Amino acid sequence: MSRRIVITGLGPVTGFGVGLAPLWEAMVEGRSAIRRIERFDPDGFECRIAAEIRPEDFDVRKVVPKKHRKATKVMCRDTALAVGGAAAALADAGLDGDAAEPAIEPGRMGCHIGAGLITAEANELCAALWTSRDDDGNVDLQHWGHTGMTNLTPLWLLKYLPNMLACHVTIIHDCRGPSNTITCCEASSGLSIGESVRVIQRDAADACLSGGAESKINIMSMHRQTIAGRLAPTPADRDPATIVRPFDPDATGTVIGEGGGIIVVEAADVAERRGAEVYAVIAGVAATQSFCPDTVGLELDPAGAEIADAMDLAMTQAGVGPDDIDAVVPLGSSIPSVDRAEAAAIKRVFGSRSAEVPLITTVPNTGNCNAGAGTVAVAVAANAIKTQTLPARLNTGAVEGLAAAACPSRPAELKWVLVSQTGQGGQNVAMVLQRKDVA
Amino acid sequence: MMRRVVVTGMGWITPLGHDLDTVWTKLINGESGVKPIDRFDASTFPTPYAAQVRDYDYRQYVRDPAIHRHAAMNTQFALGAARQAWDQSCLGSFDGLDLRRVGIYIGAGEGVLDFDAYAKVAMKSWDPVKAELDAPEWARQAAVTMSRWGEIGQEPNMPMSHIAREFGIRGPAYNCLTACAASTQAIGEAVDILRRGDADVMISGGTHTMIHVLGVTGFIRLTALSRQGGDCTKASRPFDRGRGGFVMGEGAGMIVLETLEHAERRGATPLAEISGYGSSADAFRITDMHPQGLGPAAAIIDALKQAGLDPHALGADGRPLVHYISAHGTGTKENDAVETLAIKQVFGDNAPKIPISSIKSMMGHLIAAAGAVELIACVQAIRHGTLPPTVNLDVPDPELDLDYIPNKARHAEIEVCLSDSFGFGGQNDALVVQRLV
Repeated sequence: MSRRIVITGLGPVTGFGVGLAPLWEAMVEGRSAIRRIERFDPDGFECRIAAEIRPEDFDVRKVVPKKHRKATKVMCRDTALAVGGAAAALADAGLDGDAAEPAIEPGRMGCHIGAGLITAEANELCAALWTSRDDDGNVDLQHWGHTGMTNLTPLWLLKYLPNMLACHVTIIHDCRGPSNTITCCEASSGLSIGESVRVIQRDAADACLSGGAESKINIMSMHRQTIAGRLAPTPADRDPATIVRPFDPDATGTVIGEGGGIIVVEAADVAERRGAEVYAVIAGVAATQSFCPDTVGLELDPAGAEIADAMDLAMTQAGVGPDDIDAVVPLGSSIPSVDRAEAAAIKRVFGSRSAEVPLITTVPNTGNCNAGAGTVAVAVAANAIKTQTLPARLNTGAVEGLAAAACPSRPAELKWVLVSQTGQGGQNVAMVLQRKDVA
Repeated sequence: MMRRVVVTGMGWITPLGHDLDTVWTKLINGESGVKPIDRFDASTFPTPYAAQVRDYDYRQYVRDPAIHRHAAMNTQFALGAARQAWDQSCLGSFDGLDLRRVGIYIGAGEGVLDFDAYAKVAMKSWDPVKAELDAPEWARQAAVTMSRWGEIGQEPNMPMSHIAREFGIRGPAYNCLTACAASTQAIGEAVDILRRGDADVMISGGTHTMIHVLGVTGFIRLTALSRQGGDCTKASRPFDRGRGGFVMGEGAGMIVLETLEHAERRGATPLAEISGYGSSADAFRITDMHPQGLGPAAAIIDALKQAGLDPHALGADGRPLVHYISAHGTGTKENDAVETLAIKQVFGDNAPKIPISSIKSMMGHLIAAAGAVELIACVQAIRHGTLPPTVNLDVPDPELDLDYIPNKARHAEIEVCLSDSFGFGGQNDALVVQRLV
């Protein structure tokens, strides 16, 4: 019989700030963190809005112990977000105590953090390239080879390796168990949490820091998302907070959020022994790959068959059926082609009940946090279960066959919540969370 | 009873060639794939050489090249290697194959940044007075200069998405990217997924190229690359006293993994069994390995434990139970010393009796793909009874006193191999692969 796995700490990082409290408050009140981009002048882009974390809401130097403060200089934004999330999750789980006597042995603490394609900070790189500019305005590689490249700091490459999220977190918190970095776009967080579950169940760890983080709020990533056709244009006369409309027939694309975060995934026996508070049980996790009919990497099978497969498999593992599920947290990105596949999958799985099972949407509030999106979804789902509360839904109008329309928050009996995430590229992950007292 | 997992197909696209036999013969002959870089002008770079994949056309390996027309170079390598593995496994002719029970777990690196386009856009939008980019101008330049698929194709999950599309895979699908440990970790986790019963078949392995302007620049700035002048085929010298860094390679290694039960049911020929996997984190520094090699040792110990092998025992033939170690063996001062310490720590008195080699001495460091090609080399060693050498090991380092198979391949009956990979940042992985008995 495999070990029961629980969530004991939540450390989401979103446009609302670090930690569960600001996120949950905004989810219940129905607020959005999406605004005009302040970090750079976004006027060259069709989409000029995002859910940024403001400097006053997060400073990585303040969340790392003093002896690691120097390391923050070699952290890119994505890494800083993961580091912030890890500190918040450990504190929430009551695991931020005396480092000399850790509640969980370092070798039994794993770490699985999803990451995206991290882009080099453009001003830093371009300042170096500029020194090798030739008379025609191109970069002269011969100059670059012997002189120009020395303008880059020696650790430049290490800043942008996707595994640096997990590496900095494992170093700061002395996690010496299995550590991995999953890079499957929006499915990354869910797959990472699923891997933590597997690792604990094969007895290679007792607990894991798990999740994902990403910030695509930079010119290179904004450009890539634009040409991938994923971002919503922002007409001047529209309130930025109303642009993301998951599953709405009038949806025009997604909006980037930065964040994600870390959760503590733990063996139930260990959590019980140390008297940890439990948000929810992870009762099943399953992954599948969608069929991409034409352009590999962007298109998804519109029938959503493989997304539905993941949901079915996760429910089977949890020993429940569609009739038991009290709410569903889809990616709900507001990208029409992805929404279409997800909606089809929900209808396929829930049949005539699809219009009754409430959806919980997060992207209208936090933006699409990409590799971190699933962590936000799981954090919201876990706290919804703990507080027996459905958060508010924003923006979406009436959708045939789905309970997706905007509505205020309300109390609800939530025993089983299904989380489903689909990444650009077609990887899917579904997870069933269970209220801890449900047998 | 834990499900057993076997390898039923293998394929690689490497700097030494594009098929199993050619590359293996060259490895046994001690040939080097290192040459001057000709993909861009690296003539003034402190390290102007690398082991490139040459004369490779992925189109012969796919059913409909049009579907893969946007494939980036790492994806092209992955498709060729995966096709070879798939064909060797004969899964294509198995009517009972349930593609929802076929998964994929690979360690692919990011695609190649389109440096020319990037530089062009940057130079046109740099404001030298403010010393920063003019963001709106950058966006306008990017829109007309950067190619759509050149950008989208850089996502690290693109190789897996293409492989899934080529073979119709619908099962559990993951890409991991733990730097130089990625494909070893991918294979280990794929094995775990099969053992759990979440799939019957997994395609696993890795693919990567960092032989591009900023990739080479990044490693040079880290002082990780060999800067040895003269004959560049001598530059990759793992375990040699004069080693001074690694030489970059590129390519892909892919394997088909299957539960033994599934392989037997369809009458497939298992090539080897993966019997152990261990994974750990150093939790030490992002730049340096733990000086005592605690993390690597922990991963090796876990892999041996899972395989039920006592590192201190001797077999009936008087040999240690592990017959060959495919080392991470990058050729940096630090790695080879720490790896040697870790092996000694784990195997104690048995350590000097186990032959060890690094094929990075010949094909360079394939980064995310390194572990996969090294695992394939282990399976070949088991099948052929030959161990590939560590070439350029001319002057032994007095502190590195194990048997690194210097310069000449060796014949030996090989039943059990260990393959190690350690990533920048401290993620460590080890696999045990053995003849199926």
